[in-house]
Amino acid sequence: MQTPSLFLLPAPRPQNSATSRKRFSSQRVNSPMPRGTLLLPLLGLSLALPSPAALQEPLAQLLAVGPEGRGNPEAAAAWKSLAAQATSADLPTLLAALDQANPLAANWLRAAVFALADRAQASGQPLSPALFADFLKNPTHGPAGRLLAADLLQQIDPAAWDALVPALLLDPVPALRREPVARLTAAATAAKDPAQLRQALDAARDEDQVRAAADELRSLSQTVDLPRHFGFLMDWHLLGPFDNQARRGFDTPFPPESALDLAASFQGKETKPGQDPTIRWIPYSTPSEFGVVDFNQPIGMFKEVTGYAATTFHSPTAQPAEIRLGSKNAWKLWLNGQLIFGRDEYHRGMKIDQYRFPVTLQVGPNALLLKLCQNEQTETWTVEWQFQLRICDASGTALLDPQRPPTSPAALAGKK
Amino acid sequence: MKRTSFLAAALALAASSAPADWLQFRGPNASARGTGQAPTSFQPSDIAWKSPLPGRGLSSPIIVGDKVFLTAASGPAQETLHVLCLDNATGRKLWERRFQATGRTMCHEKTCVAAPTPASDGSRLFALFSSNDLFCLDLDGNLLWLRGFTLDYPNASNSLGLASSPLLADGVLITQIENDGESFTAGLNPATGANLWKLPRPKNANWTSPTAWQDPATGRSLVLITAYEGVLALDPHTGKEQWSLPKPGTTITSGGIGDKHFAVPRSGKGLAVYSLVGGTTPPELAWESAQINSDTASPVLQGSRVYALNGAGVLTCADLATGDRPWKLRLDGPFSGSPVMSASTLYAVSERGLLQAVDTTAPEGALASKLDLAATILCTPSLSGNSLYLRSDGFAWRLGK
Repeated sequence: MQTPSLFLLPAPRPQNSATSRKRFSSQRVNSPMPRGTLLLPLLGLSLALPSPAALQEPLAQLLAVGPEGRGNPEAAAAWKSLAAQATSADLPTLLAALDQANPLAANWLRAAVFALADRAQASGQPLSPALFADFLKNPTHGPAGRLLAADLLQQIDPAAWDALVPALLLDPVPALRREPVARLTAAATAAKDPAQLRQALDAARDEDQVRAAADELRSLSQTVDLPRHFGFLMDWHLLGPFDNQARRGFDTPFPPESALDLAASFQGKETKPGQDPTIRWIPYSTPSEFGVVDFNQPIGMFKEVTGYAATTFHSPTAQPAEIRLGSKNAWKLWLNGQLIFGRDEYHRGMKIDQYRFPVTLQVGPNALLLKLCQNEQTETWTVEWQFQLRICDASGTALLDPQRPPTSPAALAGKK
Repeated sequence: MKRTSFLAAALALAASSAPADWLQFRGPNASARGTGQAPTSFQPSDIAWKSPLPGRGLSSPIIVGDKVFLTAASGPAQETLHVLCLDNATGRKLWERRFQATGRTMCHEKTCVAAPTPASDGSRLFALFSSNDLFCLDLDGNLLWLRGFTLDYPNASNSLGLASSPLLADGVLITQIENDGESFTAGLNPATGANLWKLPRPKNANWTSPTAWQDPATGRSLVLITAYEGVLALDPHTGKEQWSLPKPGTTITSGGIGDKHFAVPRSGKGLAVYSLVGGTTPPELAWESAQINSDTASPVLQGSRVYALNGAGVLTCADLATGDRPWKLRLDGPFSGSPVMSASTLYAVSERGLLQAVDTTAPEGALASKLDLAATILCTPSLSGNSLYLRSDGFAWRLGK
């Protein structure tokens, strides 16, 4: 089973950057490949950035940290060396090193940057806001370094940060869009300006900001298509119920896991004595504007059951993408027959983008299969047997199937 | 690391931490008992300082010498993790390190990513977050090592949030990452962060924190874990089971440790008190009562008594040997944090920020004083010297001299 990558992935590289991926380890973490194509971060390889010679080795050591504490002792020594040698003039080098860092190495580098900033401040050497502003404005740098530059700029020169904010409205790093989206939404709301609100909505990537702009637009009698904005997959075939007694269904490979045949019929779980347990795939389109697919609707409100959802996503090109899933039921997810991940957790909550999986879509049809298990709990908050799934790029921008049907009137009307 | 090294580390720990330090969740051995005397009658002038914090947190402050350490989380998804060091004398921020979460940050709205309390061995700080990120820094903010358990074990998470605080026992850093997925408890080398052992645990979410008990006969510690499946005593050096108790504990409320007793809140309701024996001999049940409940707040043991605070805010005092209940006292709740004790005064802070001091020597127990801090406070207070420490999502306080 492929492991999920980071659940807080760095935002995407700019459109013209490399999109290949490096393996954090053979079975662990994918993260976006840094600028350039060198897979350098292992010992003995030099750093592909213009760092002073004295910083090359310690930076390489920090970039080499890996899972289960691998490389920590070497990184600690390197960090100490870096902290002793680096000056505020080296901050761009440290920020740029984040372009090549895995998530653990990135935290080593963040700590070094903050320590360096503290030292400069303590010694009465003010940091240059221009240094951070320039770094932030350079879209060839990756999200981690630019976010850190933004963080430091806000600290040392709020006015400079304030002046930069409007230009970040369509930044490829979603986190950098938050402040300009918030400002635009507030201004447009005050002015009751649908065009500006639409601009804010188009720029927004986080659920709370999307909701805020959408609510204001609807209050002005404007149509909002949230399924399309997010890229929720709305049209599915559902199958169930199979058994999930004692939660064994999660690891039981029912027939759809070996062959996906939407015309086939199966022996399902007998939910009432004497009832014919034959089950078939049921076409189902969700009316929810957040793409919530509720098995309870077409299948029935059962306990200790397993269901499957299948759909096809047509991709115009072979492309990197993210599948983003939310569910409070145990689940397994396959793309084109390959198991992506599974999680055996029940009723601990569901939210948009709860799980994120970087994948590569093939050109043409891509088959998605989701297994969704309902357990034995009987509390009122355990009724849900549902999920929401969308396909987007790493920034959260929807990728849309060219064959996607128009959004239903119910979803356009804001049905939850 | 060899056992002799651990003993050396334990001796070093004893040498490097002062008696007044409060080095982890609920203090020494997670006993919730301080060594000084915090204020027993609150006045607003008792607030030595109140310092702003950059993000949310349920974690308690810990105190090492002249420094106070806290954690916090900020950002739309609580993805920014803060480790802070304040000057104990003034509350002034001495340093802050900011990291980004590498694991899931989804939490129930009442908890947050900065739920686990950090721990220290007197020279190093171990800051764990619900995102499964663990950072080790020295007391000056220099990063010594880090771990990202979700990167290592991708199914080790809880969509409601993790909350168990790390514990140092005999020089081993214990992290309890028990959840519905890849559930485990691990012993880490505090010098490098590497796993010394990793014990698979039942696939059940568990928000309790481990407790340590030092066997007076051997001077060695046992790590006590309460879970739905029962109580487990581990050798901190190996992770090997020393004994277990089959009756279930809660998955929310941590056990309470005394010199010779261990109080286990039961699943559902009730409290059981065990007499600890030592070695691999399981403890003996002293008594069990369905009338004494610790719903969220963990019990505290002192001298011959156990104090349990239930969901309705009723504080019950019971005799450790017999289970007799000399008194009950209704406090102003509800409570998320656990009570702590300084000398004979018990301190509890309600979710509404009402700090209450209880004189446990009064025949019926008595509310000695209260102070409205006018903030939502979900943390467990910390004690050091003659001071008490608290935090909300926005501020940290020190009360007392």
